[in-house]
Amino acid sequence: MIALSGVAKRFANGTQALKNLSFDVAAGEFVSLLGPSGCGKSTALRLAAGLLTPDAGKVLYAGGKPEIGFVFQEPTLMPWADALTNARLPLDLKNIPGREASDRAAAALVRVGLAGFERAYPRELSGGMKMRVSIARALVARPQLLLLDEPFAALDEITRNALGDDLLKLWREDGLTILFVTHSVGESSYLSRRVLVMTPRPGHIVNDIALPFGRDSRLAPATIEAQRVISDALNTAMAA
Amino acid sequence: MKRLMDILLPFAVAALLLGIWEWAVAHWQVPPYVLPAPSAIARAFADNFSSLMDALASTLAVTLEAFAAATILGVVTAIGFSQSRVLERTLYPYAVILQVTPVVAIAPLILIWVGFERINLALVIIATLVAFFPILAGATLGLKSADFNLMDLTRLYGASRAQSLWRIRLPTALPYLLSGMKTAGGLALIGAVVAEFVAGSGTATGLAWRIVESGNRLEIATLFAALALLAFTGVMIFAALSLLEWALLRRWHESALSQS
Repeated sequence: MIALSGVAKRFANGTQALKNLSFDVAAGEFVSLLGPSGCGKSTALRLAAGLLTPDAGKVLYAGGKPEIGFVFQEPTLMPWADALTNARLPLDLKNIPGREASDRAAAALVRVGLAGFERAYPRELSGGMKMRVSIARALVARPQLLLLDEPFAALDEITRNALGDDLLKLWREDGLTILFVTHSVGESSYLSRRVLVMTPRPGHIVNDIALPFGRDSRLAPATIEAQRVISDALNTAMAA
Repeated sequence: MKRLMDILLPFAVAALLLGIWEWAVAHWQVPPYVLPAPSAIARAFADNFSSLMDALASTLAVTLEAFAAATILGVVTAIGFSQSRVLERTLYPYAVILQVTPVVAIAPLILIWVGFERINLALVIIATLVAFFPILAGATLGLKSADFNLMDLTRLYGASRAQSLWRIRLPTALPYLLSGMKTAGGLALIGAVVAEFVAGSGTATGLAWRIVESGNRLEIATLFAALALLAFTGVMIFAALSLLEWALLRRWHESALSQS
């Protein structure tokens, strides 16, 4: 689906954010990009979305650039617009006729569990519900590739777990390809099939861990074992 | 009950002060050409009602035209700035120069250029210059305050500049623009009055002229009546713009929420 090959990126202030970053994500995979804060994960995700261009290296899409959905760490909603209008935004920007756009946005809100909240403004919604609107907005244009930038970092654990389970469900139902940026070992061990461990200064991938099946719940033995493997890899990488 | 008190208290204070004023003028026998009693001012207002209303209409017309012109010019310029950094860097200093130069100082020049035969246009231009800057400054800041991530989203979905301007930048700018408009409304009135003062005798027919004329004739009660009318007009303009702000922002913006 997407491959980054030998990518380098320097910030405007001169910091080398990424150097020789390479990884690929196959169609239908759920991949976590795991690393500490400031290791360039978000920059890598923006490069994958085409919102930034690399200084060196290439971002390649198999079969042309796919339809991409993007979820930020903050819900990033338009405060002046209700949930339906927020979820509609991608369709409005693509000039899809009003009626169809409304129907599809309403359907997307239903899918993320927000039926009946179409007319609610962001300030009337909880943090978790705002994030659900944000996910509905990312799904409404029927993306093949969904990029998420620490989407649950600002939420409490209960809400985070519920949203994680819903994301897994959407992934299975839609055959999405997901690249999920996180700094949580727990989240990556349960949600993803593969974990890419990243270290900072400059950011690059130091480990590519394929996780086994059998991680049906957060406390399943396979999930706990996966956590241990990921933590070890992270510690080794950080110590190096 | 608390709301009622909020409304009644300022009026009670006004009534009390007017009462003291009335009593003091009578008690110390202050001559009416120094300080007329409130009752004398009310009488002067009633006696000159139709001519004062004509003067108000004239000043209000200049004020509203200048306010409309300043709003349109300010928003259009700010949109230009938001689309081109070069344009902003080139022109913003001149907007600042325009702002810091006292309008009284440039008003005579404008009157000469535009000509006394088109006095109304000259008044509108002067008042527009006074009201322009807060609108430009508010709209420029607002258009720049658009959420970076939302702007990225418009790029991700291949939106045009016009789309991101209309869907993201302009709604973001609205609270900033309205705040600038509230300042500009009062300034347009001040600008209109200053312009009338500078334009001077005979040609201008607004409230400022009535104030000058009444002063010259030592009709201090009429002067006070015109002054009170001017203050009342200023308050009404501010109230109308506050109402507009509330109507547009009440569903979503923090500033309007705290009042409801």
